[in-house]
Amino acid sequence: MIPVSFDYTRADSADAALAALAEHGDEAKLLAGGHSLLPMMKLRLAYPSVLVDIGRLDDLSYVRDSGDHLAIGALTKHRAIEIDPLVAEHAPLLATATANVGDPQVRHRGTIGGSIAHADAAADHPSALLALGGSVVVRSATGERVIDAGDLFTGFLESALEPTEMITEIRIPKHTGAGWSFQKFNRRAQDWSIVGVSAQRVNGHAQVALVNMHPTPVRATAVEEALAGGASAADAAALAAEGMEPSSDLNASVEYRQHLARVLVGRALTEAGIA
Amino acid sequence: MEVTVTINGSAVSADVEARTLLVHYIRDTAGLTGTNVGCDTSSCGACTVHLNGEAVKSCTVLAAQADGQEVTTIEGLAPSEDEMHPMQTAFMECHALQCGYCTPGMVMASVSLLDEIPNPTEAQVREGLEGNLCRCTGYHNIVKAVLTASGATEGVPA
Repeated sequence: MIPVSFDYTRADSADAALAALAEHGDEAKLLAGGHSLLPMMKLRLAYPSVLVDIGRLDDLSYVRDSGDHLAIGALTKHRAIEIDPLVAEHAPLLATATANVGDPQVRHRGTIGGSIAHADAAADHPSALLALGGSVVVRSATGERVIDAGDLFTGFLESALEPTEMITEIRIPKHTGAGWSFQKFNRRAQDWSIVGVSAQRVNGHAQVALVNMHPTPVRATAVEEALAGGASAADAAALAAEGMEPSSDLNASVEYRQHLARVLVGRALTEAGIA
Repeated sequence: MEVTVTINGSAVSADVEARTLLVHYIRDTAGLTGTNVGCDTSSCGACTVHLNGEAVKSCTVLAAQADGQEVTTIEGLAPSEDEMHPMQTAFMECHALQCGYCTPGMVMASVSLLDEIPNPTEAQVREGLEGNLCRCTGYHNIVKAVLTASGATEGVPA
């Protein structure tokens, strides 16, 4: 399969990429690692007329200790995050979620910024970002803003990003030494989750996000509120499917996903050390 | 657009469409047909090559993204006409193939795996090759070959 024809331009700086986006608007898409966009283009699910290749903006590939949080360049490849010592120490949930993305070949090319911008409810990174309480730094030709993870995912494969904006950095609050869990249930090694869970222990409570249980990446608010109200982990986990609108597909029915969510959230809370 | 990719040490230049996939550039432009197209959806790994030393699925990379970069294919792995790469030798000795279609991708992924984990456990080999499918289901001997190439003397499946 070969994508529909497009014009290709390679940006040699973030400014150049943003200028190209400003010029072409929603006709253009940024190409980072290309491991979400190119498959969609091959399947004719996306057909941008301009691709702006930002894959060589090496200055946006880094993991830095920024005091109370880690700053991760949007073009940092999955493989680099998977083995980064700062991520392992301060955000092991992110390291493990990253190690679960695709397969080694995919992780050599795919980037954290690309994965989050794709806003796929079935992907691993958005749930980790939500559970960790992270945010993204977003730039356009006219300015910069920070979007909290909770405000980022607005619809099916849709985010709060404007067509002229790009994610430049991901910020992850440090959760050094706190309990966490990443649960992924699938049938084949490299598949997306049928259902997945990211859980991060924060001050005795838990921030919990679900994979593939809703049109968007989503926090399990009912679970979190129950825990905050003193419910046991088991009682809170029973609420995992509350308010969710999971899809039914060849892997799982709605009812099966609801069941999986309850079971996996239970396991996640146990592993994260929530009683 | 003009694209130049150094494939197995030789620069290959061509005027191609921007939408040209790296696997087609390798097979059709450079004429190196050892790299196979299997699923064409970045699932099966038959098209695995090394891009700047790392295993990638060349059906999911544009030739334009590899412009000015270094690619190694299965044809470029052996040090000479008379000598195979140790991974190729291990695949041969362990009979790590049946129909052979997945083999070029398996070998390239396995070399990349040992670059990152020189002495893997059996579990690490199985996880490290999760991006490569063998429809003959000949995984047992493939895992054995990778462990053998790593120099493992213990834990190699019989």
